[in-house]
This record gives sequence, structure tokens and C-alpha cells, in this order.
Amino acid sequence: MSATRHIRFTLNGRPAAAEIGTHETLVDVLRDRFALFGARESCGQGLCGCCTVVVDGRAVSGCLFLAAAADGARVDTIEGLAPGERLDPVQEAFIECGAFQCGFCTPGFVLMTKQLLDENPEPSEDEIKHYLSGNLCRCGAYPEIIEAVRVASRKRKSGG
Amino acid sequence: MSATAKAGQVGRSLPRLEGRAKVTGRADYIHNLRLPGMLHGKIFRSVVAHGRIRRVDVEAARQVPGVYAVFVSDDIRRVIANPYYGPAFHDQPILAEGKVRHIGEPVAVVLAEDPHVAEEAARLIVAEYDELPAVTGEVEAMTSNVIVHDVLKPAGTFPDLKHLEGRKGTNLALDFHLRRGDVKPAFATADHVFEHTFRTQPVMHTPLEPFVSAAEPCDGTLTIYTASQSPSFVRIEIARLLSWPENRVRVKTAFLGGGFGAKLYIKLEALVAALALLTHRPVKISLAMDEQFFTITKHPSTFRIKSAVTKDGRITARECEVWWNGGAYADIGPRVTQKSGFTAAGPYDIDNVAIDSYALYTNRPPAGALRGFGIPQLVWAYESHTDMIARALDIDPVEFRRRNLLRDGRPQATGTVMQDAATGKVLDRLVERIGWGRPFDRGQGTIKRGRGVAVGFKASIAPTTSGAIFNIYADGSCALYCSTVDMGQGSDTAMAQIAAEVLDVPAESVRVVHPDTDVTPYDMATLGSRSTYHMGNAVKRAAEDARAKIEALKAELGLPPGSNIPLPELFRRKYGMQAGNIVGIGSFVPSYASPDHDTGLTPNATPFWMVGGAGAEVEVDTETGHVRIMRLINVADLGTPINPRIVETQLSGGAIMQLGFTMQECMEFADGQLLNPSLADYKIPGMRDLPARIENEAVAAVQQSGPFGAKGVGETATFGVSPAIANAIDDAVGVRLRELPLTPEAVYRALVKGGR
Repeated sequence: MSATRHIRFTLNGRPAAAEIGTHETLVDVLRDRFALFGARESCGQGLCGCCTVVVDGRAVSGCLFLAAAADGARVDTIEGLAPGERLDPVQEAFIECGAFQCGFCTPGFVLMTKQLLDENPEPSEDEIKHYLSGNLCRCGAYPEIIEAVRVASRKRKSGG
Repeated sequence: MSATAKAGQVGRSLPRLEGRAKVTGRADYIHNLRLPGMLHGKIFRSVVAHGRIRRVDVEAARQVPGVYAVFVSDDIRRVIANPYYGPAFHDQPILAEGKVRHIGEPVAVVLAEDPHVAEEAARLIVAEYDELPAVTGEVEAMTSNVIVHDVLKPAGTFPDLKHLEGRKGTNLALDFHLRRGDVKPAFATADHVFEHTFRTQPVMHTPLEPFVSAAEPCDGTLTIYTASQSPSFVRIEIARLLSWPENRVRVKTAFLGGGFGAKLYIKLEALVAALALLTHRPVKISLAMDEQFFTITKHPSTFRIKSAVTKDGRITARECEVWWNGGAYADIGPRVTQKSGFTAAGPYDIDNVAIDSYALYTNRPPAGALRGFGIPQLVWAYESHTDMIARALDIDPVEFRRRNLLRDGRPQATGTVMQDAATGKVLDRLVERIGWGRPFDRGQGTIKRGRGVAVGFKASIAPTTSGAIFNIYADGSCALYCSTVDMGQGSDTAMAQIAAEVLDVPAESVRVVHPDTDVTPYDMATLGSRSTYHMGNAVKRAAEDARAKIEALKAELGLPPGSNIPLPELFRRKYGMQAGNIVGIGSFVPSYASPDHDTGLTPNATPFWMVGGAGAEVEVDTETGHVRIMRLINVADLGTPINPRIVETQLSGGAIMQLGFTMQECMEFADGQLLNPSLADYKIPGMRDLPARIENEAVAAVQQSGPFGAKGVGETATFGVSPAIANAIDDAVGVRLRELPLTPEAVYRALVKGGR
């Protein structure tokens, strides 16, 4: 438990560095060193999607991803998605559609939706369900989330 | 009390006030909390269901570098003389003393600055037990020689539990009895008698923000930060445990990452309070997902239901015997047993009713409230039973329900006359939407199709109190102080809308101050779909009080009545500068009459009734037993919605949660061990488990005593889902399942035994 490492990476577009324990996960480090709470550990097994973080352009489960492996990588979190006043079209769509209740799973869904729409700008309902099947929402806001993905798709097409 | 909304704030589908914070990941949860000098606790838990603790060896854990302290029950007693807590019984030890009573019971706790160190050290603790035989089934617990608690210790807060004080040799934590009319002659002379037994399984709330609490000591006071649905209760209970006045205990909450009844009353709060006092440092405990399964569950139940029916399909008598598996500690189980007991006979107009409802201690993890307070278990049984009777008598199941439905103006089983309960409308809209009278494709080959409906109802929890404060600042902006916890149901938004409606200001401009017992007034708890009605009425009164005080100030300053002087100008004229407040207060306590101890009868069982119905269309694969839900329709009477959009999300979310409890979720026990305490093996519904279509409707209705005609909605859509699906499966393939969940295996086995 005592081994440490120094890592450097790009966090939400800015250079970052941290002294980390080799056992620490990316969620631990984002939370404890950078006060970023949008990626949150819930199931601890990479099954719920609450801890979703984007590493080098790919969504990963931050609760399973060792922080040491982020050395040299580009790390993007929900906090970096819309740093200013203006929200991302996906975030706007989630608000408009009421696509959350407690909000604990929401950052994960937002990041996965953005990645889905980057890959597939106009997904079918089945494609949406398939792509988001690794994210859980215990409040059951799934119908609203599916609607939000569609709305976000339209917003992106029309330039926001 | 009801007034029609005119300002346009109530009745609008305003997006949630906290939407931006939630989609940007910046919403405040206790999960995020960091305090200077904070220690993290990791709990060491029992691996036996029932046993005497012979020895707990914590030495190896203490030696781990970075461990600050390791504590067992004797240590807790240094700061809390009688360390037993609970809302109904003071039966739950902060850490196990002498005995463990369920798998996963907390036995010791390790503290360290690094949570990983605490976790590693906790693994080094060794406990030895003299194992005792365990009692696990609720029916078995009635007569078992295995006694979970040597002596019963009712908390004293509920008068109807007082008679259990000091009782020995029993696992019975409450028995509720209702006697209306006389069932005996009715059964003796009945054309038909039907009797069935139904069961429900252990399941768990699974909030995605697991339980988390922290305590911070400071100069004779204690601040508790906790993901709790009941901050006011936590304060009172911690003050009682410490023998402190309430004003030395401060309890704060934030947004909750889900609650569903799990985060009620008191869970980790007593432990972190004791640890903070022992160490003089802030202590936080965040449970891992698996630990939630050992903390609180939904009551498994057995329900024997028997009905006397005339040949033309009128129910003349009904006998209900319900056993609730409360686990090792009562939590709020006795209340679940009693309150759900009121309506165990279902939303039917029956002259002769006998209900016996039993809360039982067993050696299982504790059970408490879960979105419906026992009602989904009951509706599962009585609406399955209803369909079975209709089919046996060859009467259309909808027609059979119509003949017997309990309607406004008629007395319910408790004797309380029904009022503002749209049972008929809910059934009618359900039938219309599902197209009951129209031709229906019954499938072909190995895929058979069927449909079913179910209607349930619930009495609200009473008697309970809510208070609210509405504060207008000198620039005319305003804030609402209330202890309702927004755990995702959208209460912040709804309460802002109610206040804004009274003051005729935009709801977006109302700041809602989150529960902080030093700041926000008492509220019983955020539970049982009570907030919209109870807190809604309190908020409305607080806003009306503020409005009256504005008018009084105008009069004091010599302004004509109805003067539209801007608020900042009003403050300036009064105080000579931008200064001062106008503070409105409101509280609400509905009337209620306790049921008679022997008969269970009362003229006033509840301030309002909730009515929820579900309709399901299913496809059953007769080769695999797999059931696909093609359509799930949820229809509810929730009065007049404050925010139609949020209400619809509540309906569909509640139904989807109940769908998990119906189709897939089950805590599996074997040899005393829980086999699946993780999301890998305990599957909650995901995108792929959704019905092909889900539809929701709030029927046009008014709750006369509710704020702007509204009442609760959080639980309503859970009522009918399970039996509607079981009824649809029967309709499709002619098999009747009497136990949840309705897994492919269960359906397949039933088909093998004999379906159509």
C-alpha cells in the first residue's frame, strides 16, 4: 500500500500532475487531488457507469481504471464538458427532457451519450439502448434519457 | 384548503431547479464531503446469521501502518451508555454486543485517514462465534424456538407498541388486527370460497449513492452530515442516545443519490457520532455497494388471502393473514405491518373483513420501508387473487373488479369513508388505454400473448408534522426553508412552485434551502409520498403568512390595500435602507384517529388515499419461459399535479423499479450466506429491461385537502405492476405464479407442470 508514483496527464485540457499510490483508481485521484466529484464510485465493479471518465477519447470505468495508467493520457471528466456558462447540447437535452431524478448517474449518462453521438449522430432506439446498457439509473429515468439522446442528436445537427 | 392555481406557477412543467448542477456533475451530495482532519471508517461485519461472539481479535488491524484506531462495542459504551437505536424499537446495537443476529451485522470498525488502509486493516480482524440456530422464514418465526431478541424493547414513540415492553420468548414485533362485520357466517353461506397464498422475495433499494454519513465534533456540539431522508429524526435520535438537548446536534443533508426508503430513520449516523466523540475528529463512513445489502432490505412476505364470493361475483367476505419478514432489527417494520394492514383487503367494497398482520424478527438483514411501505407486496397478492377468482367464475377480470370496486362515499375496511380516491377513474382509464374490449392478438407458435390489469391503493402515513419558513429579503428575493429531502423526486422544484404560486413570482426565483436542523424547521421525514401533501401544505401556509405580513407592512406604512409598491421600496420605507426580512411560517398536521386496538377500526385512517393501477401486455416464450413486456401502462390518482412532467417521471420511474422487483431482483441466501450482494449478481433494471412501450397517466382528480389539489405520487406507480404482469402471463399461457420474481425459470417450471 505504500508504493507511489508521479504521474503527468492532461486533465480537461490543462496539464496536471499528481503523486499517487499505485493502488489508487482514477476516481480516487480525481476526487482526492483535484476535487472533481462528477465521476463517482457506486458499484465499485465497473457495472453501473456512475464513475465514467473519458481517457484518450474512450469512456472508461474510473473505479476500475488505475490512476497510474493515466500517466501521459488525456483525461476528460464531466466538469470539462462545458467549462463556461454554455452547456453542451447533450446536457441541455437532459435538462429539457427531465432525463434524471437523483442525478447521481447523470454525468456517466451524459458522457456516454456524447460518445455515442460522436460515433453515431442519429442512433436508433435500439442502438441507444445497446450503447447505454452499461449505465444504470435506479430512479428509472430511462425513457426520458432515450428521449434526451434523440433531442441532443437533433440539437447537434442544427448546430446546438 | 384547496385553491385553484391562478398565478400559473403550479401546474407548469418547470424543469428541475437543480438541473444544471446535476448535468454538470456539480450537484452537492454527502458522498462528496471532505472535512479537515477527517478519518474514514471501515466496518467489519459478521459472517454468521446468528451466534454468540466468543472473541474479536483486532490486534493485527491495529498494527497496520496508518490505522488510527479500531473500536468494538465496549468502546462505543464509553460515549453512549445505552447504544441501542431504532424508530420503533431500541433494538439495534451500534456495534454488535454479545451476539450477532444477521449476516453482515457490524461488529467492529477501523479508522484511518486513508480509506484503503482502513479497508485493508478491517480484513485482518478475526472474530469467533458460537453459532446458534437461525430462524429465517417469516411464517416459521411465529412458532420457532429460535428467538432473535431475548426481550422486546419498544421505543415508546408509538403508543400501540407500548404493550410489547419487556415481552420475552417471542419474535413477534407487532400484530395488527382488523375486524369488520363477521367473516364466519359469510364464509359459511358463500356460493364460492377461494383461498390462495402468495409470497414476495427479499430485495434491496440499491440507491446508487450508497449510504454515507459523517460526524464532526466541535465544542460540545456535533454536526452530522448524512445522506438521510429524515434529518429531523436523526437529530432527535442522536440527542436521545447522547442524552443531549436537540440544539447540540446539527444534522445536514444534501441532494441524495437515491433513497427509496433506504435512507430513513437512522442507519450509520449513531456509529459516526460515537466514533467522532471517541476520536475528537471528524469521521466519515461511506458504504460500498455490497454493504447496502446488509443494511436494509424490503420485507419478504407471505400473504394468505381467502374470499367468499356470490355466484354473481360479489365479494362478501375476505380474510387476510400477512407475515412480514422484518429481519434482525425492527427498523420501521412494525409501522409497515400496521399501516399496510389497513388496506390488505384491497380496494374493494367488502362488508366482512378480517385482517391479521404480523411483524416478525428473523436472522436476516433488517427490512424497512421501500417505496410503498408494504403496499406492493399486498397488491401483488390481492390482485393476483382477484384475477384467479374472476377466471374461476368465468367472469371478465375487469368486470369482476367493477362489481366490487370501493368508491368514494363508501366505508373502507377500517370504517373510514373513502374520499377523493379515484378508484373508478383509474380502472376506467386503464381499461380504455389497454383496449380491453377490443380484439387482441394472442400470438402464435411458441410465442403466446396475454394482458392483465391490477389496481391498488394506499393510506398515507399519519399522524405526521411538517413545518416551513418563507423568508423575503430586503431586495424582494426570497428563500424557502424546509426539511424535505430532494432525493430525486423533484421536491425542491415542487415546493418552489407552491410558494411561487402564492406569492405570484416565478418559481425559478425561489431559493430552496436544504435540510439543516439548525436552520430548517422540523419535518417528520421524506417518506411514504407524504411531502407534496404535508410539506406542500406547510409551504403554502408559510407563503400565505409572508403575503399577509407584506400586506400588514403596507398598512403600517399607510399604503392603500392592494398597493403594488415594489418590495425593495417597501423595505426601504420601513427600515430606511436595504435591510430587514419578512418571515412567513407555516405548519401542517393533518387530523387522524388511531385505529382501535382490538378491531383496527377508525373513522379517520388517513389524510389522503393514493390509487395506482397498471396494465401489462406480455409475450411468453413457451420454450424458454422468457417473458417480454410489450406494453406497461401506469395510471394513477395523484390529485392535481404540481409539475406534470416531474409527476410523469415519478410514475414511470416507480413502475420501472417495481418491474425489477417483479421480473429479476432477488437476494439469494444459502446456508446462511447472501450469495449475490453485488450489481454483478443482483441485477437492477437497465435499458435492456425496459418494456417495449411504457405509458403513464395521471387521471383528472382533485385532492380537496391538498395544496392546489395535489397529493403524493412517489409510490403510486409501484402498486399494480407485479400482479398486472402475473395476470397477463396467466392470460397468455394459463399458468399462475404465486411467488416473485417472475423469472424465466419460474415461468418455465410452471409451464412444465401444466399451462395451456
